[in-house]
Amino acid sequence: MSAPSSTAHRAIAALVEQIDAPTATFFTSCVHCGMCADACLFYTETQDPKYIPIYKLLPMRKVWQQEFTFWGRLMKAAGLAKPITHEELDEWEELVFDSCTLCGRCSLVCPMGNDITYMIRKFREGMTAAGHAPSDLKAAMKRAIELGSPMGVSLATLKAQIKHAEQELGYEVPIDKQGADYMMLLSSAEIAQFHEIIPAVSRIFKAAGVSWTLCSEAFEGTNTGIQIGASDLAAELVERIVAGAEKLKVKTVISPECGHAYMALRWEGPNLIGRPYPFKVVHILELLDDLRQQGKLKTKGKDATRMTYHDPCQIARRGGIVEQPRNLLNEVAQNFVDMEEHGEFNWCCGGGGGVSANERAMPRRLDVFSRKKKQLDDIKVDRIVTACSNCRNMLEEGLEHYRMDNIEVVGLTETIAQYLDESA
Amino acid sequence: MNEIEILTWLRGPGLQISVALFALGLIFRTVQNLTIGMSKNLAESKGSYMMPGMATIVRRSLFHPGTTHRGYFTMIAGYTFHIGLLVTLFFLEQHILLFKSILGFAWPSLPPAIINITALVAIAALIAVLLHRIMDPVVRKLTDYQDFLAWILTIAPLITGYLAMHPIATTYQTALILHIVSAEVLLIAIPFTKLSHMVSIFIARWYNGALAGYKGVKS
Repeated sequence: MSAPSSTAHRAIAALVEQIDAPTATFFTSCVHCGMCADACLFYTETQDPKYIPIYKLLPMRKVWQQEFTFWGRLMKAAGLAKPITHEELDEWEELVFDSCTLCGRCSLVCPMGNDITYMIRKFREGMTAAGHAPSDLKAAMKRAIELGSPMGVSLATLKAQIKHAEQELGYEVPIDKQGADYMMLLSSAEIAQFHEIIPAVSRIFKAAGVSWTLCSEAFEGTNTGIQIGASDLAAELVERIVAGAEKLKVKTVISPECGHAYMALRWEGPNLIGRPYPFKVVHILELLDDLRQQGKLKTKGKDATRMTYHDPCQIARRGGIVEQPRNLLNEVAQNFVDMEEHGEFNWCCGGGGGVSANERAMPRRLDVFSRKKKQLDDIKVDRIVTACSNCRNMLEEGLEHYRMDNIEVVGLTETIAQYLDESA
Repeated sequence: MNEIEILTWLRGPGLQISVALFALGLIFRTVQNLTIGMSKNLAESKGSYMMPGMATIVRRSLFHPGTTHRGYFTMIAGYTFHIGLLVTLFFLEQHILLFKSILGFAWPSLPPAIINITALVAIAALIAVLLHRIMDPVVRKLTDYQDFLAWILTIAPLITGYLAMHPIATTYQTALILHIVSAEVLLIAIPFTKLSHMVSIFIARWYNGALAGYKGVKS
């Protein structure tokens, strides 16, 4: 039969490299039961079977079959196997990038134990290697490499924000301070939109006596490389952070309120650059909860607003930080209520994994927000607290789309800062 | 070859060949998957691989919170079929005699009346999952020819075995030949089809739990 087209060739080569023992075992185990469908908001909200999580991996499954299994290789040798094609990959681009947020819910319910998200992350490497990635993500990737931020946020913008914060606070916000214990990263959205974050962490760290700094050469925590599936570029972004942390000789780098930034820096980073870090990485929520436990983070007063917490997927389900935000909110919230499915089982905001950066994916992303709407309708809250600036934007847009914008969306760190006891 | 000679061959060399291909095939496939390897995780762990992996092997046998209609059907039909099949396979007296000839030891059998029921239950469950596969839009979307092949391979020994126990249209010997042939074909096919999930399911679950457990996540 026909030889695979050139882009398909590149995808096959990249995928062969990506397929490891877990991936091969997962494909071997799939019995086509379809239980993953009900875990995916793109399926549950549209009822379109093309959004079944494991179906999104069909071309990769073919590559596995034809390159790794006895029958597949035999069929290929006999010319009976259909290789993947350029057109097929083009068709799948929408499924792999626009309709999957790498949220990980399917990986949690597969009765065979298949970590489908783990495989989709790998499939994206193959797609991108073959040029089949959304143009918006490619552009964001280019900005991240060339300008240092996927949103094009520059050091000048950061410095302007720092200046604003200093005026508000009446003291200096540390930047490029050699020998500080902690180096704080931010997400582009925090610098560009959520101006309250710098004053908030400044006040919390001052009250808790934490020695910290920002770094002018490494302030961006987000990593488009792991979203688009370009490990080499993702590694370069991680290297910038490592260089900044090494230059300032900090002991720990703080991952900001951003889901994939934590995944990129904490879990993928050392594997991307091929060596362990000479420093530790903590998520801001882990650090705040530690400070609370040590009695260094004190709050006063309680908020009577009925509020809930939206678990960012990469922080909770894929990152293991579930208790900390609830411990922290417990300090300040009088009227906290969890959504029925929360923590590891929370539903995604719909815009993770690069979906929010991909304009053409927006109509469907807003459409499937109906899942979050149902969750919120059940508990009737006035405020959603979250710990990811991307979730925050997605929640705000989704609420507006469904005319629920009477519900306020805020970050957890700023909520804590609001009730900070600075008297001690 | 008359029927007796065919039976003798099926019970002798035929059995040896199929059991060998089954066992070696499954071992080969498992080793083949495992030896692809995975890169060492350089991120500092927040948990471990081993125990979370084991815990996930157990946890995925249970219903998870938020199980849907499709999930309940799949799990219940799945359990019904597997239990029916395994009881029929391991507790029919004639099967135990066969295991004794291979393994050298035996265990108590269940009365034929009960095995009749377990075999019929397994057959009924298989028919139910086939109907579900054809009718449910999600499962249908995922279905390829291998799913039907695996279904035929699996139901054949059950039906022929039932016929051997209740010879109606054929003689006992003919039914028995068909039963043994279908069972031996099934054994040989297992390593090459999705039926090899009988081994890989445990490894897949372990990997899932381990990958999550390393990050301190429950999965």
